[in-house]
Amino acid sequence: MKEKNKKGRELSGLSDRTAMKIGIGITILGLIFMAFGIWRGEMAVVFEKAVNICMECIGIG
Amino acid sequence: MDKKKRTNEWGRHRVQILWAFLSNSYLAGFAKGRIYQGKLKNLCVPGLNCYSCPGALGSCPVGAMQAVVGSWNFKLAFYVAGFLMFIGALTGRFVCGWLCPFGLIQDLLHKIPFLKKINTFPGDRLLRKMKYVIFLVFVLLMPMFVVDLLGQGAPYFCKLICPAGTLEGGLPLVLLNKGMRGAIGWLYAWKNVLLAVILILSVIIYRPFCKYICPLGAVYSLFQPVSVFRYKVDQELCTHCGACAKVCKMQVNPVKTPNHPECIRCGRCTKICPTGALNTNVGKFGK
Repeated sequence: MKEKNKKGRELSGLSDRTAMKIGIGITILGLIFMAFGIWRGEMAVVFEKAVNICMECIGIG
Repeated sequence: MDKKKRTNEWGRHRVQILWAFLSNSYLAGFAKGRIYQGKLKNLCVPGLNCYSCPGALGSCPVGAMQAVVGSWNFKLAFYVAGFLMFIGALTGRFVCGWLCPFGLIQDLLHKIPFLKKINTFPGDRLLRKMKYVIFLVFVLLMPMFVVDLLGQGAPYFCKLICPAGTLEGGLPLVLLNKGMRGAIGWLYAWKNVLLAVILILSVIIYRPFCKYICPLGAVYSLFQPVSVFRYKVDQELCTHCGACAKVCKMQVNPVKTPNHPECIRCGRCTKICPTGALNTNVGKFGK
């Protein structure tokens, strides 16, 4: 494994600042994905599954 | 500050216990042997927390992901994927170290004294890749493609592997419901064996489930190198004493890779650093 160099670059070759910018971008993209998923009704599927005892999850189904 | 004080983890454990209680605080569920059915179940919790736990107030993101990709009318899970991207890119694996109830259980079990604790072994590094395969196969591909006549896939990770579901949902619900006790079979036995193996291994190996199996940790780890919350090393202050690498229970060397995918952000390394060279971008952490 290469060591982190003196400019603060990590194994990925990204500086901390660039990595953080990418992280912020993905965070925002995540929010957009969540909004789109809610808009197309995925939350109802999650809710339906979560309010009924999941027999498979507990090892009975 | 002496070494014992600097490696004391009860501050973090208090946060884990508080979070585990808050996310499982539907106490009537434990009394009556049923689960919470209110609107909070629309939302996912960040850690691995079975939504069939009698106390659970929110949904498990891994279970939710399988529910959506396995449903006949959706196959892409934007809501849950977006949630995982949001949490992962914001905090990396901070959730694993601080907010996962099953992580807490493993942490506490590892405190039990044992003749020889195993830090690493031949094949350890390779075995850690298994969690990515489990995520891909059991959480995404099988629920998506192994479907019934209606096009519905089962939550295969929950069904065949998840020990958190057995511990938090299976055991209490079966104990509290006479009807369910009559329905248990080989699958229930298999899951209990798996749970027992993981709990016993947790005494010997630090967090075996998180290291080798957890699909949620696998997803969060992908975002860790670019997460907004991150560790940083001040190379001018670092004396390369190796204290941080030695104290890390996930076998990460924070000086080489402070944002390594295996790091669960427990903060032991930042606390042990004698010169304060290892820190986070939001200040001192883990005290």
